[in-house]
Amino acid sequence: MFLRRLLSRIATTLVTLLGVAVIVFAVIRIVPGDPVAMMLPPGATEADIARLQAFYGLDKSIPEQFFIWLGGVVQGDFGTSITTRQPVLGLVLSRLPATLELSVMALVIAVALGGTMALIGTRQRYTRTEGAIDVANGMALSVPDFLWGLVLILLFGVLWPVFTISGRVSPNLVPEFTTSFFLFESVVRLRFDLWLDLVQHMLMPALALAIPLAAIIGQLLKQSLKETMHLDYVTLARTKGYSENHVILREALRNAVLPTLTLIGVQFTFLIGGTVIIERLFSYEGLGNMAIDAVINRDLPLIQGIVLLFALLFTLVNLVVDLLYAVLNPRLRHA
Amino acid sequence: MLDGRSLVKRTAGLRLWLSAGWIGALVIGAVFAPWIAPQDPLMQDLFTSRLPPFWMDGAEPGYWLGTDSLGRDVLSRILYGGRVALVVALIAGTATALIGATLGLIAGYFRGWADMVISRLVDIWMAFPPVLFAILLIAVMGTGLTSVVVAIIVIDWTRFARVVRAEAMAQGAMDYVASAQVAGRGRMSTLLTEILPNVLPTIAVLLTLEMGIAVIVEAILSFVNLSVSTDDPTWGGMIAEGRLSIHQAWWVLVFPLVALFLTVLSFSQLGEGLKDRFDPVLN
Repeated sequence: MFLRRLLSRIATTLVTLLGVAVIVFAVIRIVPGDPVAMMLPPGATEADIARLQAFYGLDKSIPEQFFIWLGGVVQGDFGTSITTRQPVLGLVLSRLPATLELSVMALVIAVALGGTMALIGTRQRYTRTEGAIDVANGMALSVPDFLWGLVLILLFGVLWPVFTISGRVSPNLVPEFTTSFFLFESVVRLRFDLWLDLVQHMLMPALALAIPLAAIIGQLLKQSLKETMHLDYVTLARTKGYSENHVILREALRNAVLPTLTLIGVQFTFLIGGTVIIERLFSYEGLGNMAIDAVINRDLPLIQGIVLLFALLFTLVNLVVDLLYAVLNPRLRHA
Repeated sequence: MLDGRSLVKRTAGLRLWLSAGWIGALVIGAVFAPWIAPQDPLMQDLFTSRLPPFWMDGAEPGYWLGTDSLGRDVLSRILYGGRVALVVALIAGTATALIGATLGLIAGYFRGWADMVISRLVDIWMAFPPVLFAILLIAVMGTGLTSVVVAIIVIDWTRFARVVRAEAMAQGAMDYVASAQVAGRGRMSTLLTEILPNVLPTIAVLLTLEMGIAVIVEAILSFVNLSVSTDDPTWGGMIAEGRLSIHQAWWVLVFPLVALFLTVLSFSQLGEGLKDRFDPVLN
């Protein structure tokens, strides 16, 4: 039964991805300006234009172009960037680690912050502390990551400049790395000087991305925890003489955490989507920053590649979350 | 023992009034900007560049919130920028609500193949990062107010479609709908006279929230210089300029940021307030 569920879920994922490909292709095709005309100097002849159109396959019919393009994408050929004349796949993959590291760091911060809020809120339930946490969560939720990023720049970049608010790492340290996973590499090689420099750069953008998600985690987990605290087995644990902290952390948390886990999965894709503008704001050299440059330069093959990669990432995260949920939830495991 | 929730509840009314007050002031400021604004928002004057706000040394009368590096008055630009923000909120918000809610009603009430197509589309849309999708659309359509509005409609219709579909399905299963059918009412007439009025509060809540989102999307697009023409003052554009001169003239960033922050917060508080009052379903 589980295998059947898995297969049908993978089938829907493939349909979604095909839909994504159709839409990305359709959007790029309705572009009014002729991309070829913009690439050539003013004195170009008809023959030059035709040659370049043939090079990019623009002389064929639209469905033909779609299937040629899709065939290439499936084999990892995302076309050639117009501005840099390099393969799109290579360019995109060179930036992917930076965006992934930022997203994962933000996720870790969100879970830590949100979890702490929920635990404190539950421990201090029905007091002023809980009220204050609710108000703070409400604020954090109403304001998106872009604005939190600007607020953090003002607070920790200008008023009290303790963090670097631009870039991923100090430029003079870049030659020290052999992979593009800077943060991961610095931990594995135990180079804590590099790690410190990275964190000093990444903490502010990661925090901006994390604040809204932390609020959501804080709210939902606190609600589930408070509901669990009324259940019989928790009362039993209390009558056995366990302390309140023990009851929350050891007994209630395990049963209350499942809805939050599912929610984190869905919200993680929104967080990854937020990196586009946050990277721009903090001049962080990731995929999102590259996407905005590509739009400004009207480098359509590059934008196409970045959008497809993000869509692939989103669908895979959703797939993994669904499967994890099926594995973790005992009711679905035997369904 | 003091009930912790009472702090949230007690301040709810106050927060609602403050939000409505800010939006009201903003509307007045935007509508009457040509008469209220102390300066021409576009006028550059290098002799008055980077003047500080009125309470600091070196301020000049008439430039209450200071000037940017080209000598343009920050307060006047915020008032005119409010026009762009509110126009986008109103037009894009309403159009998104109309299109998204219509598709949601069709999918949720008529079900069948229409529901299948619309739900599949929603699934596909969920695979796109919204900001990236918006800048992709702008890259293709070119900049300008129409492009911004179209981009917001295209990326956000699913917010309405998803919720309204679920709501219409729930209402469609209720007894009063069945009795309307038994009484011989047509499907379309049941949809418009029975289902729609019951879904309307939900749509109103979503519309208020969507206006805040539209303001933020416009600000993000103008921040990366992909919104209306670069001559028109926008909050996002001012923030982008202020980000560059943040160590020399913080006020160029801070004042439009405060305006944007309060506007987004107010729309969201109004939406939450409406939800508490009229809509037991969303709660």
